[in-house]
Amino acid sequence: MRPIGSIHEIPPGEGRTYAVDGRMIAVFRLRDGSVRATQAVCPHRGGPLADGQIDLRQVICPLHLNAWDLTTGCSLSGQPDLTVYPVRIDDNEILLGDE
Amino acid sequence: MPRNLVVIGNGMAGARTVEEILARGGDFAITMFGDEPYGNYNRIMLSNVLAGVEDESGIFLNDLSWYADHGITLHTGTRIERIDRFAQRVYAADGTEAGYDKLIIATGSRAFVPPIAGIHRPGRGYHQGVFAFRTLDDTRAMIRYAREHERAVVIGGGLLGLEAARGLQNHLSHVTLVHSAGHLMNAQLNEVAGGMLKQSVESRLGIEVVVNGRTTEILGKQAVTGVKLDDGRVIPCDVVVVAAGIRANAEMAAASGLVVERGIVVDDQMRAQDEDDIYAVGECAQHRGETYGLVAPLWDQAKVLADHLTGANPLAEYQGSQVATKLKVAGVDVASMGLKEPERDDDESLTFTEPGKGVYKNVIIRDGRLVGATLIGDVSKVAFLMQAFDRGLALPEERAGLMFDLGGPTGEAKVEDMPDDEQVCNCNGVSKGAICATVKSGCRTVSGVMDRTRAGKGCGTCKPIVQRIVEWAAGGDVEEDPAASYYVPGIAMPKPELMNAIRQHGLRSVSSVFATLGGEEDARSKMGLASLLKMMWGGDYVDERDARFINDRVHANIQRDGTFSVVPQMRGGVTTPAQLRRIAEVAERHDVPMVKLTGGQRIDLLGVPKEKLPQIWADLDMPSGWAYGKSFRTVKTCVGSDFCRFGVGDSTALGIAIEERFQGIEGPGKMKLAVTGCPRNCAEAYVKDLGVVAIDGGKWEIYVGGAAGAHVRKGDLLATVDSAAEVIVLTGRFLQYYRENANWLERTYAFVPRVGIGRVREIVVDDKDGVAAALDAAMDASVAAYRDPWKDRDEPATPGQFRTSLPLTVLPQVPVRA
Repeated sequence: MRPIGSIHEIPPGEGRTYAVDGRMIAVFRLRDGSVRATQAVCPHRGGPLADGQIDLRQVICPLHLNAWDLTTGCSLSGQPDLTVYPVRIDDNEILLGDE
Repeated sequence: MPRNLVVIGNGMAGARTVEEILARGGDFAITMFGDEPYGNYNRIMLSNVLAGVEDESGIFLNDLSWYADHGITLHTGTRIERIDRFAQRVYAADGTEAGYDKLIIATGSRAFVPPIAGIHRPGRGYHQGVFAFRTLDDTRAMIRYAREHERAVVIGGGLLGLEAARGLQNHLSHVTLVHSAGHLMNAQLNEVAGGMLKQSVESRLGIEVVVNGRTTEILGKQAVTGVKLDDGRVIPCDVVVVAAGIRANAEMAAASGLVVERGIVVDDQMRAQDEDDIYAVGECAQHRGETYGLVAPLWDQAKVLADHLTGANPLAEYQGSQVATKLKVAGVDVASMGLKEPERDDDESLTFTEPGKGVYKNVIIRDGRLVGATLIGDVSKVAFLMQAFDRGLALPEERAGLMFDLGGPTGEAKVEDMPDDEQVCNCNGVSKGAICATVKSGCRTVSGVMDRTRAGKGCGTCKPIVQRIVEWAAGGDVEEDPAASYYVPGIAMPKPELMNAIRQHGLRSVSSVFATLGGEEDARSKMGLASLLKMMWGGDYVDERDARFINDRVHANIQRDGTFSVVPQMRGGVTTPAQLRRIAEVAERHDVPMVKLTGGQRIDLLGVPKEKLPQIWADLDMPSGWAYGKSFRTVKTCVGSDFCRFGVGDSTALGIAIEERFQGIEGPGKMKLAVTGCPRNCAEAYVKDLGVVAIDGGKWEIYVGGAAGAHVRKGDLLATVDSAAEVIVLTGRFLQYYRENANWLERTYAFVPRVGIGRVREIVVDDKDGVAAALDAAMDASVAAYRDPWKDRDEPATPGQFRTSLPLTVLPQVPVRA
């Protein structure tokens, strides 16, 4: 796991995108304090998932409102699934693992 | 080892049952025997082949490769002669035999040929020129022969006879239809309807129809020369087609020891009486005393049998079919269901006839339910009637509505007629088939299907059709969706109840609403709650930015590539050279990919990356035009009385004043307004959420609930007032009433008709409820609390508010226009 940024860069309930080794990863800070990481680009039409709205379970793409489970990456609206990454917080640092 | 399934009959019933079994993953080694030398074809389409409107190749349902692909052993041209029920084997005429664990008999039916003198030639089958109309071979032979002859007589005035007569007209010059009963299609139609059909068939198609005509003899020595009727009349002809009904092919079953009456007697699992492993489906089967000659019951039977045999639903039962048909009979639309005539004294019967147009409509009602209907010539109401008939729905008080569209939208697509691949949702590209598949997979609420397929989630115009498809696909088994009445899906309350609870608990943030009223946070509910709380609490609202949609977080409209569009305010669509110059400079400086005029009379800078938004706002130094929110958007105006020689009111000044006052006010949906200087309506005020029209005499008309988007509606006249000041008061009051009472995302074009313009007028104009002052005060407070969001630019509201969400993608990806 490696640090990619500070949790303070992400407001509660929102997402931000990080470029990691040529990949774009969206990290979401849930309102229960936990974090999730998924591929940043919507597999449907390339929308920016970090701009989507989330709750404790799902992220909704801002372009066409498709939804995915944040933990498993499974589509909830008939689209391809998302790649998800292990991620956790350590001392306010966002630590990202490999898919 | 898979069990051996043998199917006798490769027609529509046999093949459909096998398809249903395969669809349920049934593990069988399948062997099929077909009497005809072909794969499976759609027998119903034979009349089209005869009529020349369909090619033979177009009627095949499964070609031979389909059988191979599914590992089915198909014996074509092989007639089974005997079933050994004890050895569990079937034997064919050509010596082929096969053992079975389960046996399905789907031998269908054949043409019934009445005993008429001269119809057969001893030892040679039918007399030369006489044809039955049942198989592809019959059809081919008939076409070949008819082409070289001139006059045909069709015996039988039922559905098939009419189709045959119509088809034959393509091949020879004169066709007479002889029917033994008193009127055409007597099995489905009453006497009046049958008479109407006769008239249409004669006058429009030129087919001569003889009713009450029993054919007693076929004349002609070498070949047919005419037919003789029981009254002694002779009709000269050289072709005779017999279409006098069908009889089940059940002789082989009877000879093999099965119980056969008019067909093979089966129980509710389609199992032959007294047998454990033998089943019958389709026209050869007799269920609860009924045999069916139409295709819909056959589909039902195939499903039940497949459910039963594969164990997919061991409890599946066939309950019989309500026969409702809609057909084009010989070019005339005919639909019939249930009773053709009233049976009891208190049955209500309504009839409309318009002989000049060949239109006949009859409905029969018993205890408020539809028990029969017949439509000829105009079947526009058939979808509704079939639904009412199948499900026993309560009927409208206005009984005429059963026969005519009364003011409602006309030409509604008939769900059952739509092909599976027809696109229903044109925004998200969802087909009827996809919706049906979702229903079949077990999702039985309209909103559930919409969530899963995204159908109806674009512009929303297709929602009523999606709903009807779901209802149809679920076959009356639709589950009420309690969430349909909720303001947002995540909190189980309609809007008034929700607002009470919010007030009662003093809930000022979206997260506190979930914590107190909802339990679980729900992403799809956040935006609606944020809008509601802001409207209710104004400055006291606790703004959690994650509750906002991205557009509201960054005050711009997200585009397909993740860039944004920037629309500065341009009140009433009026601008200045200096403003234009500044916009031009900003567009150039920031390489804005496209500059476009909007429909709301503003200028749109498209393709702006998120991180550039604050700089562009600063450089423009203009207020936000709110072209991104569920909010008051713009006021479109015409040049009004100052310039236009027709203008009767200063629409431009009033439009600017309205926009200045209500700019950026948020609501359940967007609010687009217009003010136009005369009834010529150049500013399109009749089709706005609120439109103001100057009329002569210094008066203004206010229209509400108009729309010209996916849904087009002319607004309703709310009031006519004498001054611009009154327009502004009523505008504020109406908008506030809408904000407080409309459902989330419910535009005024839906809200106003839902409440009723009369009721809206009572509240907003006449103040019958005494709430006008409160509405005005609430709107005043919202107006006073307004702050231009583009001032948000110096200090971001949240960390990374304008940070790109696609850092490695070169934006814009939208085309750049020079």
